[in-house]
Amino acid sequence: MGIVLYRIDDRLIHGQVVVGWGQPLDIGFIVLVDDNVATCDWEQDLYRMGVPPEMDIVFASVDEAVRDHESMTSDPRHGILVTPDIETMNRFVERAGSVREVNVGGIHHRAGRIQKMRYVFLAAPEESQLRSLIDSGVKVTAQDVPTARPVPMTDVLGPPPEAGAP
Amino acid sequence: MNNPEGEQGGEPAPVPRAIVAGHAAFSEGLVSAVQQIAGAGEVFLPLSNSGLGGEDIEAAFLTAAAEHRIRVFFTDLPGGSATLAVRRIMRADASIVLVTGANLATLLEFAFHSTGEPGEAARRAAEKGRASIVAHGGT
Repeated sequence: MGIVLYRIDDRLIHGQVVVGWGQPLDIGFIVLVDDNVATCDWEQDLYRMGVPPEMDIVFASVDEAVRDHESMTSDPRHGILVTPDIETMNRFVERAGSVREVNVGGIHHRAGRIQKMRYVFLAAPEESQLRSLIDSGVKVTAQDVPTARPVPMTDVLGPPPEAGAP
Repeated sequence: MNNPEGEQGGEPAPVPRAIVAGHAAFSEGLVSAVQQIAGAGEVFLPLSNSGLGGEDIEAAFLTAAAEHRIRVFFTDLPGGSATLAVRRIMRADASIVLVTGANLATLLEFAFHSTGEPGEAARRAAEKGRASIVAHGGT
């Protein structure tokens, strides 16, 4: 039990998370890890509105999430931990230690990003961050909804660019 | 010549009075149903969240609302990304009205009774949509 899905999703709380994953995984709580949302009551109210009454939502900074991770993992309910970007997930995983798998659920188009999949767009620094996460031993797959096939991000990214290559 | 197509003097282009927004083709489907039933699809501007991040959804909605001077939004899930985007817009503009959980009955009511105050028309449409959800049969 405890956290059954560690997800990177720039929409954070939305239909895919609450309904798409929430129903089949019987999710009882969501941990939203975002340093900005963790300090903003208005943002928290906004996301709280998107969660059904039978589901708890916890807002945490990266520091708080690392501190409370052990109690999250021993929670008798199933939970999802979601971060808005790769950088936040990396900071969390680096310090939390025990995360074995990360789901890339949605990183959408933005200036400077290149499309890798229908719902995954990455800038060069984000590719490096993902490779770093993978190199640390974490299995990273892309999968927007549970019924989709999980795609290893190693396949999506391809071989790392050669050192010194332009 | 008698009012040929494409020349000045024809019927003015219909102006949408509300945005319908949601996942995938939800809004297009609902609006096409309104058109088929009542011939009033032009009352609504359908928008989708497909392929967009949260900030881009909000920007697309803001642009569309400004372009057509629309104050009313209908969205699908109360906690979906379309709803969250409209809530963010409402934070800066208190005149925006949002109805979540929109269904066909909601839109049909609004299509026929939306010339008055937007908030009142939206609330009436929400009531109509809520009342249209009934479970029949079973035990």
